[in-house]
Amino acid sequence: MSHSPAPREDFPILSRTVRGGVPLVYLDSGATSQHPQRVLDAVREMDVVHDGAVKRGSHQLAEEATVAFEEARDRVAALVGVEPGEVVWTSGTTQSINLVAYVMSNVAAGRGASVGGGTHSERFRVGPGDVIVTTRAEHHANIIPWQELCLRTGAELRWLDLTEDGRIDPATLDVIDERTKLVAFTHVSNVSGSISPVAQIVAAAKRVGALTLLDACQSVPHMPVDFKELDVDFAVFSGHKMLGPTGVGVLYGRRELLDAMPPYQFGGSMIELVTMEATTYAAPPARFEAGTQPVAQAVGMGEAAAYLMDIGMEKIEAHEQMLTKRMLEGMRPLRGVRVLGPVECVERTGSVAFHVDGVHPHDVGQYLDSRGVAVRVGHHCAQPIHRHFGVYASSRVSVGPYNTAEEIDMFLEALAGVRNYFRLED
Amino acid sequence: MSDLDAMYQQIILDAARERRGQGELDSFDGESFQVNTTCGDQVNLQVKLSSDRSRIEEIGWEGHGCSISQASISIMTEMIEGKEIPEAMALSETFRKLMDRRGHNLSEADEEALEDAAAFVGVAKFPMRIKCALLGWMAMRDATDQAVAAEEGGDHV
Repeated sequence: MSHSPAPREDFPILSRTVRGGVPLVYLDSGATSQHPQRVLDAVREMDVVHDGAVKRGSHQLAEEATVAFEEARDRVAALVGVEPGEVVWTSGTTQSINLVAYVMSNVAAGRGASVGGGTHSERFRVGPGDVIVTTRAEHHANIIPWQELCLRTGAELRWLDLTEDGRIDPATLDVIDERTKLVAFTHVSNVSGSISPVAQIVAAAKRVGALTLLDACQSVPHMPVDFKELDVDFAVFSGHKMLGPTGVGVLYGRRELLDAMPPYQFGGSMIELVTMEATTYAAPPARFEAGTQPVAQAVGMGEAAAYLMDIGMEKIEAHEQMLTKRMLEGMRPLRGVRVLGPVECVERTGSVAFHVDGVHPHDVGQYLDSRGVAVRVGHHCAQPIHRHFGVYASSRVSVGPYNTAEEIDMFLEALAGVRNYFRLED
Repeated sequence: MSDLDAMYQQIILDAARERRGQGELDSFDGESFQVNTTCGDQVNLQVKLSSDRSRIEEIGWEGHGCSISQASISIMTEMIEGKEIPEAMALSETFRKLMDRRGHNLSEADEEALEDAAAFVGVAKFPMRIKCALLGWMAMRDATDQAVAAEEGGDHV
């Protein structure tokens, strides 16, 4: 196997075989990524050595767990160029987005006052006449929370539309007007792989005083990302897509905005004083971390962030661009294969959705699987963009820092055999 | 024969193309819409009962999905049209057993009763695909239940 920036031998799972002895070619990192030994060890060590209650004791185990938990926050913050105090642990991207949507609901219900209210708090208030903007490129986690927020508050949902090859179309930026309170958009489409024009969207939102929320779960694992540089108000991403564990993720928010936000879930560890009549709330990020957190998973996500930084995100990006170019060029001559998204390796990542004429994506995926090649099939939790492409579902290859050029070639060779296997004329 | 070849038998690939029963019925007694949430396969299936309400006279359906789901609907339609309702329900139960038990412990009589549908035994080796094979059968059961319920409701009027 040739070179990959994340050494193959760091990932125990990559040496296993599937379907009766075929070597695994894992090309589904966009759905969930694999873990290096360092991450596996860090998670296990939390359970085997440092298993104490975070921030709830003075004994040594509690102390060690608390230190590890907060160090993990530092590491994740460093990966994306923000302050640790601006990083809120969540269960993942989906919960991070829901958190902001429910905070807006709570402000609409007058609960901004519970943390002092103020002008920043008013920015979260939505009601009839206000607009929330998202895009047709989003996965369901960045559509439905906003649909529901609008239904609860009477606000209106609008969306940026797409160009033919699935990029967010800057010509549709005029849906962001002075009534817009928040613009939620993806950094990278999990289907087309196209990178969004973040600067243009942020500028349009800023012009009208709207908040911005960037879904970065498909970008953070694959390229250098600095939320301060991107100048977004909120950003979200997941541990399991960046070589970390499932069940943990992050909400980044500008400090002054987090300060002005009332809580969304209530319970232990997010309070200052509680009486039977009333409660005052802790400062962020603790204010948004009610109850016992997924401590070992957070530590694993921190270790994954450190692992990625040790390799260097520039190096990972360059390698994945090479793989993507090889993949797109190799798919071009294949009869009946249509890439859903940009066909040139420009402003796009290595998440490549495609359709094979005459063969359903489920069947494509099953054939590739019989050759050891793991890809995603279905609508990838993003039905609207599939409709945009005129299909119900697709197959998707997505690369990670451990993939090699040889693996891309094995995928291409397997893909070339699909139509023949399903008895289609060439 | 590999596991893959055992699933994608020629009879299944042929049935997926034939799509027996595809098209909406002019009139029907029960209708059911089913979605396979993992992959988005969907079918809207209609059932027309015989004039004495004892048999499933005709099935019509519209939908899209993988070759397994399309073939299963096609073969199911061919088998079920003209069957007495209890027999159709029993066959549906036998097919579910075929999926659950990978064909083990299925009596010879059961296997024979399933006719071409017995070819789907290869699907049971791929747990993620079982729902694909069951989609049309679930729609048929549900549409028939509704047709029967509508009739019973009608008796009380």
